[in-house]
Amino acid sequence: MKIAVCIKQVPTREWHPRLNDDKTWIRDQDASFEMNEPDAYALEEALRLKEKHSGEVVVCSAGPARVAQVIREALARGADRAIHVEGDGLASADAFATSGALAAAMQDENFDLVLTGLQSDDQGFAQVGVILAEKLGRPHATIIMEVQADGGTLRVKRELEGGWFQWVAMPLPAVLTIQSGINQLRYATLKGIMAAKKKEIKKVSPPAGVSAGKQKIVSLYVPEKGKKTQIIGGSPAEAAKELVRKLREEVRVIA
Amino acid sequence: MILVIAEQRDGKLNRATWETIVGAQQLAGTTGAPITVLVAGAGGSAVAPDLASAQVKEVVTIEHAALDPYTPDGFTAALQDAIAQLAPAHVLLPHTYQTRDFAPKLAARLDRALITDVTAVKGAGGEPAFVRPMFQGKLTADVVPQGPAPHFVTFQIGAYRVDQLAKGASPAPVRALSVTVDAAAIREKPEPPFQQAKQAVDLSQAERIVSVGRGIKEQANIALAQQLAEALDAEIAASRPICDAGWLPMERQVGSSGQTVAPKLYLALGISGAIQHLVGMKGSSTVVAINKDPDAPIFEIADYGIVGDLFEIVPAIIEAVKK
Repeated sequence: MKIAVCIKQVPTREWHPRLNDDKTWIRDQDASFEMNEPDAYALEEALRLKEKHSGEVVVCSAGPARVAQVIREALARGADRAIHVEGDGLASADAFATSGALAAAMQDENFDLVLTGLQSDDQGFAQVGVILAEKLGRPHATIIMEVQADGGTLRVKRELEGGWFQWVAMPLPAVLTIQSGINQLRYATLKGIMAAKKKEIKKVSPPAGVSAGKQKIVSLYVPEKGKKTQIIGGSPAEAAKELVRKLREEVRVIA
Repeated sequence: MILVIAEQRDGKLNRATWETIVGAQQLAGTTGAPITVLVAGAGGSAVAPDLASAQVKEVVTIEHAALDPYTPDGFTAALQDAIAQLAPAHVLLPHTYQTRDFAPKLAARLDRALITDVTAVKGAGGEPAFVRPMFQGKLTADVVPQGPAPHFVTFQIGAYRVDQLAKGASPAPVRALSVTVDAAAIREKPEPPFQQAKQAVDLSQAERIVSVGRGIKEQANIALAQQLAEALDAEIAASRPICDAGWLPMERQVGSSGQTVAPKLYLALGISGAIQHLVGMKGSSTVVAINKDPDAPIFEIADYGIVGDLFEIVPAIIEAVKK
């Protein structure tokens, strides 16, 4: 089974946002980056499918040169090779631009299965996997918690809301967006890190005009607080005592 | 005109549909456009009279054998046809899991903009801008769709309050629209939905909840949160990563993929406040957040906050409660 996994590089959870001068994007140079967490689960699922059915896992990522960091990490975890659609404009690209860049790079590979995370921790569109399926002419299913691949068909467990699930069958080739928590992640071993250095990363350019996209950020800002939060200061003991007093006497929600 | 795509299953309307209609009424306020509500599937005629009570121009039903059960191929084909007939300027949807499954496909099929997870609409001088969270809620963006209409927009669950719905003086007319769908071209074969395990814990009824996030660091520390829950006579709950790791059972998860809760007290321990979590608890009466990061989005919706190390603060709270 020939499997593609789309991976995005996003700012780390600890990153404190700083805006660029015209307040339409972040100051990229101040950020530290990591693999988008749902994509890490998609990668793990791909590696497990390969272990079961044999084949190949190819990492596909669209972004500027810095994206090589997460590509190397994916290769160290066990992916076989990578395709990097490299372009500075892809750093802030919308879902149409990103999926357009990925689709063009994937067109001739004829993957049996394409996996993505269900959404990214940066722009959080939750669109790329589904648009990619449409552009590649493949069936898809989203927010997947289990994958059964047998011969030419695929049966997947789709998460619905409020604790409900549903199995969906479809023919291969197909595209799936993977939910976090579908599996337990593995981490790279030293051997894997060494092996990754010899693995192929094919660099391609995005198709002309693809990074224009279909939505424009006119303003980016720190959210206005909806509620007035009372921050309780002091030592842990003082703060705890004051909180308990407020909960007991002011809002009366504890006994 | 503005087209709202309602969501129903087996003749039961998804509540988020009402919120989207409120969003449509606010958007119409800035553009003056009439609103049409479309409901697809066999259950649509059951919910159409209810939808017609809203102040909208009309309710349109589309029924077709290929629409039940829901598939992304079936819905995309049917809505592509309906949109061609109705020619809306905006297509609005609730940001549900089902919308997430087909709306990007539909927008891609039509080669039109799709702005997801929107929380508000700004007038922006006749050209509306849509407000959406980014970077896990750390930043907010005003976004303007590019290219020709229709522009697709999905509204975050809870973005609008149902009690702000404008009702019509008389029911809006309901009509059936016929669409063409090639049933043989539907590739996804869904099985009936099921619940994984009987939900033994109904957190929606809990009066007090102590909820744990990534800040708890390791499984052994869950015991500390449990002690606090006992001291406060509260149920224990968690954000998704904690349940993913198996530190607490899935049935104790609060958020878009877990339970929706509205207790008197919601005490969030080491929860940053990603949107997926906030939608599940923002109806709580009093929210307390304890987090080491003063910029964590959870503080935006908290009534009381303590910035600091939860491993120092939680034992102190347990101590203070016992006094």
